[in-house]
Amino acid sequence: MSKPYVSVEGISRKFPGLTVFDNVWFGVNRGEFVCLVGHSGCGKTTILNILAGLDAPSGGVVLADGREISGPSLERAVIFQGHALMPWLTAEQNVAFALGCKHKGWDAGRLRDAARRALEKVGLGAALAKKPSELSGGMKQRVGIARAFAVEPKMMLMDEPFSALDALTRGALQEEVSRLVTEAGQTAFMITHDVDEAILLADRILLMTNGPMARVAEVVINTLPKPRVRATLHHQPGYHELRDHIMDFLITRSRTLAGIPPGDYDPRHPPEVSPAG
Amino acid sequence: MQKPVSAWRATLLSFIILAVFLGAWELSLQGAGQGAGPAMDPEYAALLGQAAASGGQTPMPKPSEIGHRLFQLLSDPFYIRGPNDQGIGIQVAYSLGRVLLGFGIAALIAIPLGFVIGMSPLLNAALNPFIQVLRPVSPLAWMPLALFTIQDSSISAVFVIFICSIWPMLLNTAFGVSAVRREWLNVARTLEAGTWRTAFRVILPAAAPTILTGMRISIGIAWLVIVAAEMLVGGTGIGYWVWNQWNNLSIADICIAILMIGLVGLALDRLLGLLARAVAWQE
Ligand SMILES: Nc1ncnc2c1ncn2[C@@H]1O[C@H](COP(=O)(O)OP(=O)(O)OP(=O)(O)O)[C@@H](O)[C@H]1O
Ligand SMILES: [Mg+2]
Repeated sequence: MSKPYVSVEGISRKFPGLTVFDNVWFGVNRGEFVCLVGHSGCGKTTILNILAGLDAPSGGVVLADGREISGPSLERAVIFQGHALMPWLTAEQNVAFALGCKHKGWDAGRLRDAARRALEKVGLGAALAKKPSELSGGMKQRVGIARAFAVEPKMMLMDEPFSALDALTRGALQEEVSRLVTEAGQTAFMITHDVDEAILLADRILLMTNGPMARVAEVVINTLPKPRVRATLHHQPGYHELRDHIMDFLITRSRTLAGIPPGDYDPRHPPEVSPAG
Repeated sequence: MQKPVSAWRATLLSFIILAVFLGAWELSLQGAGQGAGPAMDPEYAALLGQAAASGGQTPMPKPSEIGHRLFQLLSDPFYIRGPNDQGIGIQVAYSLGRVLLGFGIAALIAIPLGFVIGMSPLLNAALNPFIQVLRPVSPLAWMPLALFTIQDSSISAVFVIFICSIWPMLLNTAFGVSAVRREWLNVARTLEAGTWRTAFRVILPAAAPTILTGMRISIGIAWLVIVAAEMLVGGTGIGYWVWNQWNNLSIADICIAILMIGLVGLALDRLLGLLARAVAWQE
């Protein structure tokens, strides 16, 4: 059996007077796209920050490529919720900054050319010289995406990357990210509140119960055939079963399952379901 | 909401106000000054010094007289006729030199130190009591100590400028650095940017507008303080010159000095304003 690319082994995260989650186990296989779904405050960002190396678990370990994560790494890029572009740099300079961190020996001209290519890939060839304040929300997030992909990481970590965007822009960017991840053969982990987004992108969807002491209650396998297209997604057989299952979880079971787990619950192997058949 | 005003109308109004002010000043002194001065308060007479003892000069010059004198001074601003008789340009240059030297040294210390304080909550907490106690001290209160330890009046003036301009820069730099958005630092960390790259490429540009605000406040204070400092230590500089002209009872020269001090202060502020504009960013 091949080892997963990222393996989360019994991590917990405690703040004074609060255990956000305890004894969480899951893995993300090489080339797999995993979405994490759960209510606000259950600890999704905390988990993503631990995967990114920006935060450390209070207990347990996370292995990436077989080695324990002890800090941030260029191998795992993050697309932040609030784009996190540096407002004093142009779009091109923002991407060039990231490239310069990865390729310490490159000169300015080479960085600029590579940054241009990265931005052209996400359709921003005309906005190279613009500062973030001159870009729309969708364009800013596009620059953030270009910056993350420019450093060619092995894994992409995304914390609700499209939640601040309108539906049309969101759809376009979802397809963009899906294409880029597939092209690069990357492993991806995304937090989302949008059920359709999870169904569109994810191979597996982790469902988290409400906190405190949140846990991965269930792993939903997405059996809808790929490539999936947003426009036709809801016509695919099995789509409604899948969607209803996740909605049911979010509306009622995330609450009723919170707290003490059922007797047969094994935190190392949360139950796997495939509602789409 | 105020409507934007057109620049030329504001300029025109400025000129009208200036003309009315100068005109009223000129007219109010018309015919006056010929009579004997009023009986002099003895304390005031003491302040006036020797020149007043010879007494009886016009107490207040007219704008036209000041203008004439200004023309005289500016037609040869850089002459040197002995240590006590140098052109007004030379005096301003002395003051500017001291301000720039004291301010420059202060910036060289305050900005790196503020950087470290801003990055380290521990150092921030440890140094804060000292800063809070020293900051409200009038810079001139340092003068005797400076004269005693340094034993050189000109360097003492520079020291006073240094000590008064260090605080705004230190506090603003520390604040600007500590307020750098977490997400930019996280971006740098996930890119493995390293300490120096993060400091110079992320924190410095992020905090630059705040640092520049501190520098602008500092240079303003420094220019305020230099006049008082030079009045105390004497020798050279526009502050000394003002005091000297007061002893000579050259009121016109004093008015000119006030104008010069104001204009140089404005120029310094504008210069820092331009720098601030260059590093400003907008979200
Ligand atoms: N630095 C901290 N100190 C104390 N508590 C914290 C800290 N960071 C997060 N928490 C708590 O941990 C819990 C999980 O936070 P987290 O940001 O991971 O939630 P989330 O699932 O990402 O929520 P959302 O969907 O709203 O983004 C919350 O209850 C939060 O209050
Ligand atoms: Mg979150």
